[in-house]
Amino acid sequence: MTTDKAALERHKYDVLVIGAGGAGLRAAVEARESGLRVAIICKSLFGKAHTVMAEGGAAASMGNANSNDNWMVHFRDTMRGGKFLNHFRMAELHAKESPDRIWELEMWGALFDRTKEGKISQRNFGGHEYPRLAHVGDRTGLELIRTMQQKIVALQQGDKREHGDYESHIKVFAELTITEILKENGKIAGAYGYWRESGSEVLFEAPAVIIATGGVGKTFKITSNSWEGTGDGHALALKAGANLVDMEFLQFHPTGMVWPPSVRGILVTESVRGEGGILTNINGERFMFKYIPDVFKDKYADNEAEADRWYEDQDNNRRPPELLPRDEVARAINTEVKAGRGTEHGGVFLDVSKRISAEIIKKRLPSMWHQFYELAGVDITKEAMEVGPTCHYVMGGVEVEPDTAAAVGVPGLFAAGEVAGGMHGSNRLGGNSLSDLLVFGRRAGMGAAAYVKQNSSASVSEATVAAAAARIEAPFARTGGENSYSLHAELQEVTHNLVGIIRTGAELKEAIERIAEIRKRSANVAVSGGRKFNPGFHLAFDLDNMLLVAESTAKSAIGREESRGGHTRDDFPGMNSGWRQFNHIASFDGNQVSVRKQALLFMPKELFDLFEVDELKKYMTPEEIAKGGSN
Amino acid sequence: MARKLNLRIWRGDAIDGGLKDVQVDVNEGEVVLDVIHRVQATQMGDLAVRWNCKAGKCGSCSMEINGKPRLACMTQVASFGEDETITVTPLRAFPVIKDLVTDVSFNYKKAMEIPAYEPPKELQPGEARMQQVDVERSQEFRKCIECFLCQNTCHVIRDHEENKKSFAGPRFFIRIAELDMHPLDMLKNRKRTAQEEHGLGMCNITKCCTEVCPEHIKITDNAIIPMKERVVDIKYDPARMFAGLLKREKRN
Repeated sequence: MTTDKAALERHKYDVLVIGAGGAGLRAAVEARESGLRVAIICKSLFGKAHTVMAEGGAAASMGNANSNDNWMVHFRDTMRGGKFLNHFRMAELHAKESPDRIWELEMWGALFDRTKEGKISQRNFGGHEYPRLAHVGDRTGLELIRTMQQKIVALQQGDKREHGDYESHIKVFAELTITEILKENGKIAGAYGYWRESGSEVLFEAPAVIIATGGVGKTFKITSNSWEGTGDGHALALKAGANLVDMEFLQFHPTGMVWPPSVRGILVTESVRGEGGILTNINGERFMFKYIPDVFKDKYADNEAEADRWYEDQDNNRRPPELLPRDEVARAINTEVKAGRGTEHGGVFLDVSKRISAEIIKKRLPSMWHQFYELAGVDITKEAMEVGPTCHYVMGGVEVEPDTAAAVGVPGLFAAGEVAGGMHGSNRLGGNSLSDLLVFGRRAGMGAAAYVKQNSSASVSEATVAAAAARIEAPFARTGGENSYSLHAELQEVTHNLVGIIRTGAELKEAIERIAEIRKRSANVAVSGGRKFNPGFHLAFDLDNMLLVAESTAKSAIGREESRGGHTRDDFPGMNSGWRQFNHIASFDGNQVSVRKQALLFMPKELFDLFEVDELKKYMTPEEIAKGGSN
Repeated sequence: MARKLNLRIWRGDAIDGGLKDVQVDVNEGEVVLDVIHRVQATQMGDLAVRWNCKAGKCGSCSMEINGKPRLACMTQVASFGEDETITVTPLRAFPVIKDLVTDVSFNYKKAMEIPAYEPPKELQPGEARMQQVDVERSQEFRKCIECFLCQNTCHVIRDHEENKKSFAGPRFFIRIAELDMHPLDMLKNRKRTAQEEHGLGMCNITKCCTEVCPEHIKITDNAIIPMKERVVDIKYDPARMFAGLLKREKRN
């Protein structure tokens, strides 16, 4: 049943946004406000994207809670958190523009929690020097996505008044999966996909495509990500000729639920620690004091008394080590559990009930209370939670030009949000994701708009359409082939066991071989049932994406012979300043992924000078320090 | 540890369908969505079900479980008796697409009809000042995860398809209330349009919506009733009625 050419559903737009989470919606708003016609593709229903699960807040140095805060402090924190592997320009733009993006949301109707003076309240988070996260209880992501969803509706209402049709200039295509990004003559020409509901195929013609598909968590067995986190954009970009940068860096959030098994991996917000939650092992020891790395010794308290005082007086005390960047805390928990000091379910205890009252817990952490009470039977106002690391975020992603979010090497392709790489270096700070997707979502919208004004649309050739259609039809034509659900489970076992939080060269080598083998078998996936809302069929395509992501991650990880941020090698435990000078670039030749090293741009003098040289010495080689920033 | 569970699943589409019995393993702590996924992975590869976060935050896996509108990801299997058969069926107020998936586009159409937030014209970004106590009223309604269980259970549309045209439903009454109570929203007459254009008057406050809300939003008490009361005040305000009379006399 290859789609009949005459019957094929076709659409023409100026900009096609793939992904309707925070970055995609922000990009769509910007592109529409530049006067363009925009299509938004959602894999699920409008407003359900993974952004709804972000809990803690959006980092922006508004200085509402501590007036010492400014973009320079935020920039420094971000670079430190990323162990100086970040693209400096992305970190700079992000730190400078986040406050405006938050205030803009407020103009669109967002209702953040307030300070006593009536400004937007800001909370503490790991790695941020000052309270910096704008928040709404512990459901900040929901507020962001709903605000932007409603902003899109507001724009549609304007179009209805002006053009007589809500959907004349911005249309949401919900429950539609893109299987291919199409190019003609080396430039973006559109995308091809299918309606999940009916299984029928759709062609979009557009000169610019913005990828905002989020992360890759479903490649792993234990993850905080929803089913949508299957690395679609990473794979689509690779196949379209773009590069993925630093795919070895995956963030394992230190606190996911561990019990009961069915909830394993579900996120426990870092705000629990921001509000005073402490981590203890089975012996009741507050173990984080043992895990403060040298680079952070002057910023984190090494004793309980000082850590406790910090909640009241942040100017004269160092921070509690529970608020170290996520990679440090995740590794510490992993070590405690491996050493036999974990709980019977393989986690550690996180307790907020000792420090704040039940009433305040329910007010500040309402969904955490709800989540533990309903899913685990634990009342967090009285008892400790059991937590352990969960695959949460991919720092690696599409290599982009920071100012425009344009994908390197593919004219007309843009990427923003989690799917883009570079911004967070080797480890993302909590709260920097919501602000990232606002800052770079907007920039991608601007970048695409500028591009469209200079480049006309090329129509997609019939041969290209036929090839894309044939690929969708293929799994239906096979009988007795592989089951996509089983292959997915096998892939998750491989990544969990061999490409997880602690890695070795030998295990990565085995992972690469096994991923290749699963990929071979996946070419023979057969689908039972028809086209209509068939999850087995949907997974067949998601699986293909996850396999490319896993291959990129394993191949990047085996190359990087050091431990940094979200990449820990048991056989190379230290951070190596030589490796800080390189990114890993993954590309795809249609057959397999290859990874090469690429020199990391050195930050210019004005940014270099924001740091104390003594601090930079911990990360950089003497030669780099001597250069003192390159302009 | 695993035991067998008898699960009865509605399978079919807009034209035809019925309940199918399956037996499936269930482990400690699992929710209904877990066992549906197990059926999907092992027995019915093409079983259609919506879900996203599996943590009660996105509102995708809405369905009817033993006849009650629930989120499958927040319904513990252990909350039913060991020998009890669990029956899962699609939301009844919306047209079935396939199996447990329904066409909820009604809700997105209604969303488009609610006028957007309108900030004060002179307000500059970053200058908004609001007190926590004032934003909390609207924040309660902004907790809504758009699972549409309230829409599904509301008998105004559950049993009366013909009412859908003139009735926005509880989800959108809290949206209107949220905007109406927003400290900075400038659009006037939100309550009156709720009554005149969105069917607020058709609600007879049986509180079914509040009962099924997984976010425990007090839809009826905190949104619908206060708006109804104010609408009545506006409509039967003696001062306004007198002013209206004068106007009419003048015209005559």
